[in-house]
Amino acid sequence: MLSDQIQEKINRELKKYPADQKQSAVMAALRFVQDEKGWISNDDMADVAAFLDMPHMAVYEVATFYHMYNLRPMGKHMLTVCTNLSCQLMGANETMDYLKQKLGIGLGEVTADGKFGLREGECMGACVDAPLFTINNKRMCGHLNAEKIDQILAELDSGKSGGQP
Amino acid sequence: MINIEIDGKKIATESGSTVIEAAHEAGIYIPHFCYHKKLSIAANCRMCLVEVEKAPKPLPACATPVAEGMKVHTNSAQAVKAQKGVMEFLLVNHPLDCPICDQGGECELQDLAVGYGASASRYQEEKRVVLPKDIGPLVSAEEMSRCINCTRCVRFGQEIGGQMELGQAFRGEHAEIMSFLGEQVDSELSGNMIDLCPVGALTSKPFRYTARSWELSRRRSVSPHDGMGSNLAVQVKDNRVMRVLPLENEEINECWLSDKDRFSYEALSAPERLTRPMVRQDGKWQEVSWQVALEYVANGLSQISGGAGAAHIGALATPHSTLEELYLLQKLLRGIGSSNVDFRLRQSDFSMDGKQAGVPWLGMPLAEINNADRFLLVGSFLRKDHPLLASRVRQAVKHGAQANVVHSADDDLLMHVANKAIVAPDAMVDLLAQILKALATEKQASVDAAVQGVSVGSEAAAIAASLAQGKNVAVLLGNFAQQHPQAAQLQLLAQQIATLAGGKFGFLGEAANSVGGYLAQAVPGAAGLNAGAMLAAPRKAYLLLNTEVELDCHDPQQAQAAMYAADMVVALSAYKHHASDYADVLLPIAPFTETSGTFINTEGRVQSFKGTVKPLGEARPAWKVLRVLGNLLKLPGFDYDDSESVRDEALGGVAVAGKLNNGLSGITLQLPSAASSGLQRVSDVPIYAADAVVRRAASLQATHDAAVPRAVMHGEELKKLNLPPGSEVKLSQGAGSVRLNVAADDRLPLGVVRVAAGHAATAQLGAMFGTIVVEATSGSGA
Ligand code: SF4
Ligand code: FES
Ligand code: FES
Repeated sequence: MLSDQIQEKINRELKKYPADQKQSAVMAALRFVQDEKGWISNDDMADVAAFLDMPHMAVYEVATFYHMYNLRPMGKHMLTVCTNLSCQLMGANETMDYLKQKLGIGLGEVTADGKFGLREGECMGACVDAPLFTINNKRMCGHLNAEKIDQILAELDSGKSGGQP
Repeated sequence: MINIEIDGKKIATESGSTVIEAAHEAGIYIPHFCYHKKLSIAANCRMCLVEVEKAPKPLPACATPVAEGMKVHTNSAQAVKAQKGVMEFLLVNHPLDCPICDQGGECELQDLAVGYGASASRYQEEKRVVLPKDIGPLVSAEEMSRCINCTRCVRFGQEIGGQMELGQAFRGEHAEIMSFLGEQVDSELSGNMIDLCPVGALTSKPFRYTARSWELSRRRSVSPHDGMGSNLAVQVKDNRVMRVLPLENEEINECWLSDKDRFSYEALSAPERLTRPMVRQDGKWQEVSWQVALEYVANGLSQISGGAGAAHIGALATPHSTLEELYLLQKLLRGIGSSNVDFRLRQSDFSMDGKQAGVPWLGMPLAEINNADRFLLVGSFLRKDHPLLASRVRQAVKHGAQANVVHSADDDLLMHVANKAIVAPDAMVDLLAQILKALATEKQASVDAAVQGVSVGSEAAAIAASLAQGKNVAVLLGNFAQQHPQAAQLQLLAQQIATLAGGKFGFLGEAANSVGGYLAQAVPGAAGLNAGAMLAAPRKAYLLLNTEVELDCHDPQQAQAAMYAADMVVALSAYKHHASDYADVLLPIAPFTETSGTFINTEGRVQSFKGTVKPLGEARPAWKVLRVLGNLLKLPGFDYDDSESVRDEALGGVAVAGKLNNGLSGITLQLPSAASSGLQRVSDVPIYAADAVVRRAASLQATHDAAVPRAVMHGEELKKLNLPPGSEVKLSQGAGSVRLNVAADDRLPLGVVRVAAGHAATAQLGAMFGTIVVEATSGSGA
């Protein structure tokens, strides 16, 4: 079941579209689910489909098409490192290696305590800040180096700041 | 009109059409995969690239609208280079497994690769692998690496089938066609995806690896199932039907087939086929020669007509029999002095007999359904009873028509339904009366006094309002309405509604020959007993043509009692069946592929066909069997050389169109006084239980649609009876009872139990309509 909060958010979104085009809100709806739960399960997709009067498969198509929807749990703080060209030139590979070593996980994995997840992303249009990662697709941290990464991870670990900017 | 030039050929074409359409119309072929004339344009395969003068780069012909003065080259250096490039890309990931691919020989990719592909690949890297999927017993998705992601299958589901069961998940290199969570594809039109798939990704499960396309000879035939009369290309190898494909006929089935039409052929070689005449001697079945069997039948019939009288003989045929068979059956019966012959086995109200102005029919050509802008669908399990006709209604609704439904069940029609009134069967007459009254008010017309008294509910008012705005209204009575105990009243009301709305009224013919049966005169007339009456007052002898009484009759309980009580039952059947318990003679007759014959579809179209293979074993075409029987009985006029002369005699040289007429006269409207008490039965005939052939088609029987029927009730009713869903109940009608599991469906009206007819699991029950008792069995309930 979609929580009341999610339903309310979707309903607000639906106001933007004609009444017979509810499916227009599917991307937003999936985002709301992921914001709340961290990932989108098949059951959630079925619920979104029912809510928007769409075929299950149509929701599945959207959810699997876009990289930023998590189809499995990716940890409380999901770090997405950009590995496209500009970032690579500026040391994205080193950033990635450092994170892997520091967190003890590989790409696409989640730490045992469920706190951190690691994945790679495509150019975020912020090459000027390279190398960089985002936290839960929401907060972007740029000009990364070991020291800065340590600091961010410690901050996240202590729970002082969440994914929100 | 727009003037363009393709490959130097001047073409005038409709504005709004695409380059590919204009080219194909002019007989110029443009290679393509994703384009299909009946589907929306996806333009994702890029095979159709052509050069257009003044355009900076090649354009996809399927997605480029024509423009005045446009000059197109499909064969220029630029076009060919583009096409070759696309082909090379398509082959990058396509497995080179043509020798073991079931599509080999009829593969669009193989054909075009010969024309546009290079002889060797420059691609050295690994090809992608897409895992096989199991999407049910009909369509195989075992080799999805072959998929070129044209999305024809997906678009078919969305646009024609009305449900998106397949979709394209993931993207780019990882894109794959699949169903949500690996669910089975349940569409009753799913087989069309096999035809649409240009490669060997989706193939026919029952047909796979049984033959190569070039080994098959192609013969035309007509589907014996629903009232549509879909045109078939029956493909034969070694005197065996290997598969059935659609034969395109824009006015009937377009380029589609329902799964029932497509996959029922498996039953033609089912082990249950009856291949030798059999006679029961001292309680034991003996195989005998045709001579012995037919003499036995002739003697038996002579004895009974000479003794008790010919009126003690009755004949029951299914409307899946051919015109010739039905005609000779009634001619034989009438020859020996009995008019007790009928093909309307599931009908229960015969009060319209003798009052009909002509042969009941669709009231319009099939193709006109697409043009209607308002529908009133009365008592129809439309999707399952008439899958392709439903798809025509769906197309009309897509183009803005409003569908209004009056029914006792609310199955998803996979189209937008504007208004519906879902009521118990005994409230249907009243509901139509309400609509009529409301419509009369809308139209400020006077109306039959009998309906003045009804009070119009909101649903009826909404339906009337919808119909009142229609310019092209179609009021259609489905199978359920025709089987209803007040069928004549429903017809009368529906007709008046149609007249008031300035629209057309028609019947959705239940079977291939629902119209043909009347034209063959396989009805009792004033002198004989109809299907209901000759079972209610048992006869001494019955001739059964294609009929399994326990599955094909309105009241199987009564029908079986009559069979067991009869002195002689002769079953002409393509299959061994339950008749071996009550019959005395079993005569093996040929199914539709093994005989010539004629079906007259629901729009009154006469379609004759030839046999496609020789009869199996000693089975013989039923028209020949009846001819010999006529000769043995020394009846005049049974010397036919071929089925065509039977047909010509049956049709009497008069155009069929002149005999089609839905008019009724001499019946007055009578609204039912009080509602009945107790739970009422609502019966559907499941799609794969409707006739003797589909019942034995193995793959169709493995679909969800062929699951064992359940007793379905509104959740409230289950609560009242204290029955948890899934528990077993005892259902009783009259002396018989069966045990089924219950299920909840809150779309059903209160006060009804939906129990399928036509199925062995419910054959011990009584009439398809009427009261039914539901009790918890020990071990169920709470
Ligand atoms: S399975 Fe066949 S029809 Fe469907 S997308 Fe792939 S190639 Fe096209
Ligand atoms: S390449 Fe990393 S943000 Fe552009
Ligand atoms: S046929 Fe035109 S792009 Fe596929």
